[in-house]
Amino acid sequence: MNTIEYFKERFDQWQPANGHNGFSAIRQEAFNAFSKLGIPTTKNEEWKYTRVAGLFNQEYQFPPDSLTASVTAIELDGLRLPGHEQANELVFVNGFFSFPLSVIRSADLTVLSLEDAAKNGFSELVEKQFGDSSKYIKDGIHALNTAFVHGGIFIHIKKGLVVEHPVYIYNITDARSANILAQPRSLIHINEHAHVQLVETYITLGPNQSFTNQVMEVTVEQDARLEYYKIQNDGAHTNQVSTTHIRQTGKSYVHTVTISLNGGLIRNNLNLVLDAKYCESHLYGLYFQTGQSHIDNHTVVDNIKPNCLSNELYKGIMNDQSTAVFNGKIFVRPQAQKTNAYQSNKNVLLSDTTSVNTKPQLEIFADDVKCTHGCTVGKLNEDGLFYLQSRGISEKTARMLLLRAYASDIMEHIKPASIRTYVERLIVDRLESDIS
Amino acid sequence: MLSIHNLHAGIEGKKILNGIDLEVKPGEVHAIMGPNGSGKSTLANVLAGRADYEVSHGTAEFQGKNLLELSPEKRAGEGLFLAFQYPVEIPGLNTINFIKTAVNEIRKYRGQDPLDAVAFLKLMKEKMALMNIEQSLLARSLNEGFSGGEKKRNEVFQMAMLEPKLAILDETDSGLDIDAIRIVSNGVNKLRNKENAVLVVTHYQRLLDYIVPDFVHVLYNGRIVKSGSKELARELEERGYDFIKHETSEVETV
Repeated sequence: MNTIEYFKERFDQWQPANGHNGFSAIRQEAFNAFSKLGIPTTKNEEWKYTRVAGLFNQEYQFPPDSLTASVTAIELDGLRLPGHEQANELVFVNGFFSFPLSVIRSADLTVLSLEDAAKNGFSELVEKQFGDSSKYIKDGIHALNTAFVHGGIFIHIKKGLVVEHPVYIYNITDARSANILAQPRSLIHINEHAHVQLVETYITLGPNQSFTNQVMEVTVEQDARLEYYKIQNDGAHTNQVSTTHIRQTGKSYVHTVTISLNGGLIRNNLNLVLDAKYCESHLYGLYFQTGQSHIDNHTVVDNIKPNCLSNELYKGIMNDQSTAVFNGKIFVRPQAQKTNAYQSNKNVLLSDTTSVNTKPQLEIFADDVKCTHGCTVGKLNEDGLFYLQSRGISEKTARMLLLRAYASDIMEHIKPASIRTYVERLIVDRLESDIS
Repeated sequence: MLSIHNLHAGIEGKKILNGIDLEVKPGEVHAIMGPNGSGKSTLANVLAGRADYEVSHGTAEFQGKNLLELSPEKRAGEGLFLAFQYPVEIPGLNTINFIKTAVNEIRKYRGQDPLDAVAFLKLMKEKMALMNIEQSLLARSLNEGFSGGEKKRNEVFQMAMLEPKLAILDETDSGLDIDAIRIVSNGVNKLRNKENAVLVVTHYQRLLDYIVPDFVHVLYNGRIVKSGSKELARELEERGYDFIKHETSEVETV
């Protein structure tokens, strides 16, 4: 049975309990798209350097058969991120949101199932915003998430609400007894003048393969502010395609930091749609790859309206036989005069067997704009190394200091202190084991 | 303290040092002068252990140990210090953290306990006062955006913190105005004592007005062609390096 037939059989058989009619048409449409597009191969320009087909040769338990949590609160305690005592914690298990495991500490933070949101008062928002990412990502993997949408959530930050506790999102995959394909879905609406910090992480339990195919769609309105931190530090037997699609519909501020430290194959799609004047967006990324791991960051900054500012910096540290892809698109539409868009991708190679494919892609249709881009791939600064050694610092410590210094202009953008300290610790531990 | 015999070295197959002999004893200040391309910086870098340079022949002993066998960090541990001609800028590496790491790695090498935060701060304040350096400079990333003078002062401050037995100053005066030269030289002079020695590598005599050498050596074509007292530096200043080149070529043709 080929991949499409495999999923067709499941699509036909599986009628989610508690389903909402509003999604059946969308699901059917997405499944048709999936059937037509299939799983992307390296002939697809967007997937030229990332071979994802192999992930679909595995047998997965799909859809995961039960909505009831297979993970207990006690097990969750061992997985929580530092600072969780002061955070809202939203927990997905195998792609389905778990209300019992989640903790909402901020009053007025609305978290509903997508189905409930579509029924109860948010139908207009859901209808308008759900599926916005499909306009930008047209491939079978993305369609597959929508085709099986169920158990997702809608988060609403109401007008003027400054959410004082960060929102931690745990994507837990319970692969203790089978390979799992999980497809979390969330829709987030940040209303005017609202502020929120999101911190998202991914954890696989058990030795079996996990594949997380995630889609998050966010709308940020006038004078609202979003900080989004993605921390990917899962095992080598875990893979993910993680799509974060953010539309700024009013003058607003978005700050994202994507930290990828571990995992088998990771593909991140990060889209920033600047659909209002004077939007500001910052995109930072740090990837530190080892073994056979593969990281692919595809970003899109789409300047639709004038006077927007975007600043993008992704840095990589590459070791062993790991591979990385960076593809940074910047669109400047004809109307988007006075756009300022900056992009940079830097890579340090620690071994001779690693490889990086980096590609800036600027499509500019307005004439009064400032856009810069650049990429570098090189070795650790030998002059710096000798300078530190000449001061009595051992070669290993010198390398670690130089790499931490290199990472610091990404790290400093992780604003919640407990998360920054946590990520710094992860990096130091990795350097300890990776640098000889 | 430092004993160099018939040292030959080069880089990427190109020979630069063609048999250097030099003896430095505790308490002495030696100046190495010479025209551009004579091998002055090569000598400084070979002594500090820069890996790009290959030593093809000869020996260098430092306090009875074979210097050429030691890694750069071990040379520093033994008490050798190179003040760089071009101190490296390292964005994201805090200067104080860097110096603290260096001080404690050297202490570890010497079998001493690391300094705790309080002891380190005390030492740092003391040396900051001695070197006339502000904390705001040290709170920044290592050398990043420092002016030429600030970089050189930072080099001498590091020297003060690490208390080397032999300090090699590689063109420390290059790019400095006269006030900056005076400040940097005062710093070096305050650190001089009977136990330690200084090797000043310079193109110009002016630095030697402030750091007065006991011996002056002229390096030309990778060899010390003339040695003398501080008067030799003045003679070079007046007559230029051409007379050395002239004398040398005469010697070679005989």
